[in-house]
Amino acid sequence: MDILLSLQAEISLVAVLVIVLLADLIGKEPNHKRLQKTVYVLLALHIALNLRPFEAVAFGGMYHTTPMACTVKSLLTLGTLLVFMQASQWLEREDTRHKAGEFYVLTLSTLLGMYFMVSAGSFLLFYVGLELASIPMACLIAFDKYRHHSAEAGAKFILNSMFSSALMLYGLSFIYGTCGTAYFAELTPALTGTPLQVMALVLFFAGLGFKLSLVPFHMWTPDTYQGAPAAVSGYLSVISKGAAAFALISILHHVFAPMLQSWDLLVSIVLVASITVANLFAILQHDLKRFMAYSSISQAGYIMLAVLGETGQGTTSLVYYIAVYLMANLAVFGVIGLLEQQTGAAVERSTCNALYTTNPRLAFVMTIALFSLAGIPPFAGFFSKFFVFAAAFHTGHWAVVFLALVNTIISLYYYLLVVKAMYIMPSDAPVAAFRSPLPARVCLLVCLLSIMLMGVCSSVYQYIAAV
Amino acid sequence: MNILSLFVLIPLLMLAGLWLARTLNQVRGVMVTGASLLLAAAVWLTVAYIGQRNAGAAQEMLFTDSITWYAPLHICYSVGVDGISVAMLLLSAIIVFTGTFASWRLQPLTKEYFLWFTLLSTGVFGFFISTDLFTMFMFYEVALIPMYLLIGVWGSGRKEYAAMKLTLMLMGASAFLLIGILGIYYGAGGDTMNILELVKRDIPYDMQRLFFPLVFLGFGVLGALFPFHTWSPDGHASAPTAVSMLHAGVLMKLGGYGCFRVAMYLMPEGAAEWGNFFLVLTTISVVYGAFSAVVQTDLKYINAYSSVSHCGLVLFALLMMTRTSCTGAILQMLSHGLMTALFFALIGMIYGRTHTRDIRQLRGLMRIMPFLSVGYVIAGLANLGLPGLSGFVAEMTVFVGSFEHPDTFHRTCTLIATMSIVITAVYILRVVGRILYGTCTNEAHLKLTDATWDERFAVICLIAAVAGLGIAPLWMSNLISESVAPVIAQLLGHAL
Repeated sequence: MDILLSLQAEISLVAVLVIVLLADLIGKEPNHKRLQKTVYVLLALHIALNLRPFEAVAFGGMYHTTPMACTVKSLLTLGTLLVFMQASQWLEREDTRHKAGEFYVLTLSTLLGMYFMVSAGSFLLFYVGLELASIPMACLIAFDKYRHHSAEAGAKFILNSMFSSALMLYGLSFIYGTCGTAYFAELTPALTGTPLQVMALVLFFAGLGFKLSLVPFHMWTPDTYQGAPAAVSGYLSVISKGAAAFALISILHHVFAPMLQSWDLLVSIVLVASITVANLFAILQHDLKRFMAYSSISQAGYIMLAVLGETGQGTTSLVYYIAVYLMANLAVFGVIGLLEQQTGAAVERSTCNALYTTNPRLAFVMTIALFSLAGIPPFAGFFSKFFVFAAAFHTGHWAVVFLALVNTIISLYYYLLVVKAMYIMPSDAPVAAFRSPLPARVCLLVCLLSIMLMGVCSSVYQYIAAV
Repeated sequence: MNILSLFVLIPLLMLAGLWLARTLNQVRGVMVTGASLLLAAAVWLTVAYIGQRNAGAAQEMLFTDSITWYAPLHICYSVGVDGISVAMLLLSAIIVFTGTFASWRLQPLTKEYFLWFTLLSTGVFGFFISTDLFTMFMFYEVALIPMYLLIGVWGSGRKEYAAMKLTLMLMGASAFLLIGILGIYYGAGGDTMNILELVKRDIPYDMQRLFFPLVFLGFGVLGALFPFHTWSPDGHASAPTAVSMLHAGVLMKLGGYGCFRVAMYLMPEGAAEWGNFFLVLTTISVVYGAFSAVVQTDLKYINAYSSVSHCGLVLFALLMMTRTSCTGAILQMLSHGLMTALFFALIGMIYGRTHTRDIRQLRGLMRIMPFLSVGYVIAGLANLGLPGLSGFVAEMTVFVGSFEHPDTFHRTCTLIATMSIVITAVYILRVVGRILYGTCTNEAHLKLTDATWDERFAVICLIAAVAGLGIAPLWMSNLISESVAPVIAQLLGHAL
């Protein structure tokens, strides 16, 4: 019984997954609307039931959930729900309609994998979670498989993903070899920082670096984001990244704590490289999804700043950053997805020209979201950036903070390019005014309100800090 | 509720009102009501402040209040004003009020324009009332970003280039500022963000030496510190009238105010270490700005460079670090704010009629639009420091204060900076003589009309303020001087 209670989040998610699977199997043919509503209600229920953070250990330490992990799970699930809402129009399209059920089931399985990742108590379970989060993802990316880009993106993702998993597994084998255990609780005292263990750390970091798309493990990101359906790119950029970032900070700070010296430098270098390289490349992009891919690489770099902080302050600011980033990025991908459906073609920066004159509300949401990503007050992104900077500064990483700050200017430049397209650039044929479907509008409204209020009202941050 | 919060609350209500407004008249109604309320609040605050001081209130800041915002990082919404902030709030309220009238007939997207305009004002007011570093910085950035759209959408000329340049340079400066703020916060022990508390802590000398230039530079860029002033001429030249007014009139003052209140006040040892270096840069600003203005042919560029020179004088006087010179610096901020706003308003009005700002194409405007031309002459005379107008009081105080230093270095800098007075006369009189007098040969210009009622109103308000400050400067300079004292004490306490 105790085990059931400890695993309540996972069990209830599995229940949701099974119900959706059965509903999809049993239901009559064009039942997309009903299935959609079922998913929304079930997922909302699931979030509500698992809102309470708690600490539990199960299976002799194999599974270890912390209050913060519970919070992260709720956050990721909320994000997934928002992604589902964005996907509604795309899932009603002629060539995807028949597999809407699969989309939900696959997405929920990756989410389940992330659940295990964030509350693993052993590298074994962590690895299983990671794989569960990765393999169905490849199917999702290739979901529009008759569209060339999508299939290609899926192939790229699975190959890279396998490669990074192999690297990580190799590293984990070193750890098991030198310490004789894979349980986190037993590992911490056993890790002494021998060369082999440093090697293991690097390989482990490389593996997660792929998931987080940090430079130099970022090559797959732009192609995949560009090829995948907008909703999946959004999911990949926030949910998948959020889970990996949280797993990374908890493992580095708790398991690899004795090797702080080794990973501190590693993280510093990788984060500065990620932010700088991604920012420079983002300037050159015309395709908005590709552009957002580079933007998300640089955002991952900013998230890593929190890893450099003290455990408490770092974790709080990391989770808060993910929460804010999730809302802002999903808003942008939501708008991109709508434009994509509307125009039926890839969304370029020039597609947005004069968007304000035809679709002022969409342009407004996009502007606010981009401002938040760039870290402009009074939007939440400003606060989240400030907190990660403060966290890294506190532990004396002045130079890293300085370089990251200088990079915010470059990022502001390319975010402003999109704003400029929407407000200033003239266009002969701007995207015609259109009305978005209800779920997408609700999703954008939720994102917009969160971006505007999460910073000004300190309660979200304080809730996370108190967990 | 604290009276100071009104300065943030009113603009926020204006934003809400503008959001709901449907017709042009409603938009104008919201703006006029809001701007008048702000002006009334500023005047009331000034009276109340002076009243409290006369009644013997001895604290450094009055009307203080603090609400905890982000407890883990000791971030509070803390407000409080001293004489300097009161003066700045009054200035901002006047500029916002007149700016509203100066953009009375602006087209297109009037509502959006005023939305961003009001957001900018929110940032400005919020900055001047804050005593918390984080809140202050937040309002500072809130004031910056609307500039991008205001210039980019409603500007003229090379507006996209200018808007991007301005935004990136100022945001770049704020990156320096942010790291400086973190340095101050953690250097002082990491348990308060309130300036009034921070000043009692000792920030280690090493950190002061490292973070003073960052903070000073961060604010200094906004105060057009050489060689980071280049955003200013392009930005001012491309911005729409009221935005130029607000930007040159108020926004650039954020720089000087921040240098004084944050950089110098909190890090006096850093100021002592770096003061001379920055003094050289500001001296260059003063002279270089003035010389550049002489060779420009675009009216707005002339005034933008003139602003570089005058704002350079603000920083120059601050770095002299005597009580008189710092009082002069604040007076100069006030005086420059008013007269530049007047200048930009007039230039905007002239440009709106002639559609050119090139002084080679303008001639004999005095006969065609006498009201605007007289206004222009008054603004020019104020700019070159004619006694009786605000410029004289400010520059006199600055130079007298600066010359109090007995050493050669400071006196040499002062002498060089004094040259700018002569150069100012050159470029002002050249323009006045060129465009206002003589005979107009351009047929199209002969048919132009003089100012409309809303323009006249804006101009008269500003002239009244410029003249008022020039004729009766004493109450204002006392108000400021009193509040400058604690900062000077802080600076002198640390080995000058």
